[in-house]
Amino acid sequence: MDIIVFIINKAVITGLVIGSVYALGAVGVTLIAGILRFSHFAHGDVMTMGAFFSFVLAAFFAGLGLHWPIASGIVVLPVSMAATALVLYGFDIAFYAPLRRRGARPITLLIASIGVTMMLQGVLRLFAGTQSYSFFQNEPKLLYRIDLGWLGATRPLTLTQPQAFMIGLTLVCCIALALFLTRSRLGKAMRAMSDNPSLAQVSGINTQLVVRMTWLISGALACLAGTMLALDVQLKPDLAFNIILPIFAAAVVGGLGQPYGAIAGGFLVGFAETLSVFDWSVVTKPFNAYLPDFIVNAPNLALVPTEYKLVVSFVILVAVLLSRPTGIFKGVST
Amino acid sequence: MTRRGLLLFATLFVLMVVVGLVNGTANIFLLMVTALCYSLIALGLNLQFGYGGLFNLAIMGLLMVGAMGVTSISMPINMGFWNSEGPYLLFRAIVAAVVGLGIVFLARQVRRLGASGTVQFWVSLIAWFAAYVIYRTQIDPAADYIEHTNSGAGWVGGLGLPIYVGWAVGAALAGVAAYVIGKISLGLRSDYLAIATIGMSEIIRAFIKNMDWLTRGTLTVSPIPWPVPTVTDYLNSGYGQINSFILARGGFVLLMVVLLAVVVYGIERAYHGPWGRMMRAIRDNYIAAGSMGKNVTERQLQLFVLGSVLMGLGGAILASYNQLFDPSGYAPINHTFLIWVMVIVGGAGNSYGALFGGVFVYLVWALSDPVSHAIFDQISAVLKQFGWPAIPDVDSRASQMRVFVLGLVITLALRFAPRGLIPEVIRREK
Repeated sequence: MDIIVFIINKAVITGLVIGSVYALGAVGVTLIAGILRFSHFAHGDVMTMGAFFSFVLAAFFAGLGLHWPIASGIVVLPVSMAATALVLYGFDIAFYAPLRRRGARPITLLIASIGVTMMLQGVLRLFAGTQSYSFFQNEPKLLYRIDLGWLGATRPLTLTQPQAFMIGLTLVCCIALALFLTRSRLGKAMRAMSDNPSLAQVSGINTQLVVRMTWLISGALACLAGTMLALDVQLKPDLAFNIILPIFAAAVVGGLGQPYGAIAGGFLVGFAETLSVFDWSVVTKPFNAYLPDFIVNAPNLALVPTEYKLVVSFVILVAVLLSRPTGIFKGVST
Repeated sequence: MTRRGLLLFATLFVLMVVVGLVNGTANIFLLMVTALCYSLIALGLNLQFGYGGLFNLAIMGLLMVGAMGVTSISMPINMGFWNSEGPYLLFRAIVAAVVGLGIVFLARQVRRLGASGTVQFWVSLIAWFAAYVIYRTQIDPAADYIEHTNSGAGWVGGLGLPIYVGWAVGAALAGVAAYVIGKISLGLRSDYLAIATIGMSEIIRAFIKNMDWLTRGTLTVSPIPWPVPTVTDYLNSGYGQINSFILARGGFVLLMVVLLAVVVYGIERAYHGPWGRMMRAIRDNYIAAGSMGKNVTERQLQLFVLGSVLMGLGGAILASYNQLFDPSGYAPINHTFLIWVMVIVGGAGNSYGALFGGVFVYLVWALSDPVSHAIFDQISAVLKQFGWPAIPDVDSRASQMRVFVLGLVITLALRFAPRGLIPEVIRREK
């Protein structure tokens, strides 16, 4: 029993949290890919920007002497999500919309988004430098312990407050997104435009509104994901490519343009990364008498050394691209 | 070349002379060698993107492969390694890898027994896993022995061959890497290709950075030999300090100019020949080209490998010019996107455009650093006069500005000069 609790504490919760971050990011990437037909490379830096908005707001409220029972980084989320969504829509007006009006190819928009990511990175590091920040300098990070004594476990299930909120909020967002896409008029319009843009336009769908909504939703989700990642570990201004690449892997694995696929892909990539660097020696220890020497004597039974963590998501990506090029769910092609 | 192109090149020449007069000849030669290396890499990208429309974001990985080729061929032989147990352990790892691949090959033969698709998938998955475990049981002790045991000598070392061989092998290795990348991902279109290639480049970086036994990883390799007499050679033969810098770097500049002239001549000949026409046909409408009997995938793979060979060569020359191979010094911004800015600003599809973009953008990139430092120091001083605190870590913050400038340049170029400064000349037959 203790072994199972250990696995849940060390692997399942980490996998869920990182999977949630990837899933929320990938939903944004996949919505943009479905409706605007290009891969938004600046998404990782948008997430970092959102996390910074939350950080600054949390610090501002802490400076006012306000205290809440939950971490202030979580309390300020609605405000910072709105701010990030608006700024991302501003990027569209300033950089992407003129190119779209000219009828530029998707590849041009992709290069433009690389330009945007570099500008964002420059500005973020200009203000924040390159050191890490913690949300929990002035307040404690609460730890939830769930006693499992009635199951025969001696150790409790532990997770931090941000982790619990992360998992819960992701669930809420996924359900809300699913309801929005299937029940509301605008959500149906978004799906229609993702399926066939010209047909959507001739049937009287307001494509401008759909585009605006896409940016706002992906911006808000990106801010949520970025803030949660920063709350769980640390706020690093130079995350950039380390975060956007697994997110793309998740979006492609799920099929670009498929929101549900992106959620599944996010958790798949998150769990694959976590479980591949997880040290399995705890699990094999009770069976040491029956196992060959090279397993018993190995210093670390992780499938992949930690420094190759990023590679895992790409091996999955390549395998999926080879066997099913449009992702597990069928994706759009540009 | 058009009159506009000549004018731009003349401006660039004047700019370089001015910088040379301000900063000294030795300094402008230093900038020029690096700029010409980047031009060579930009020419490679221009082949892939400008002629073939292939969206390659794996440039950084290819540069690293090229540089690794140089270190493992042209660095002196490491006798400490060859006299230790290392070669035997590595040999065992190679045998394990071969055995593993044999298992995978056998598992693929299951389909001859009439197994269903699902069974085939699981059998080959288990075979890959078994092969991986067999390989890891052999390579881990070997790597550990070479890296950490005193007699293991730290790393494999080089073969002590001349630097030109190192460059050639570096370029060839990049070609091989590009062949593998291309085989896997060239069937994909635009966005998917971009994501797949950037992923491969990160995989290559992760491996080169962490395989300390092969590449010394973060410990870095230096000094890599030069093909022309170095500064020390000139100093030892009695030249003055400044003169030996000018002579040594000048020799390298000359070498690069000759190399670039050969490459540009070759590319231009190919571009105006039937091969170039076919490539443009594939780029502009691959369906039509395919229906005319052209083997689109094969031609694109050829172009991808050819461009990557130039990139690998550029990476090899850059590393040997810096006399240092530092895997952690490679970043997507400096080594992938900078090249993209060069090709787009210069003009995709025109080798003179890539040449111009390479030198011009590199100069802007290199010179924007001291300029932004000066500006930030000024701002900081002004703030201090008003009694405000000075900007903390002003240097590291100022360095970030050039990333911003690069992003601004690329977005402005896409918006206002989407075809570049020296655009492709489209000739119509009458």
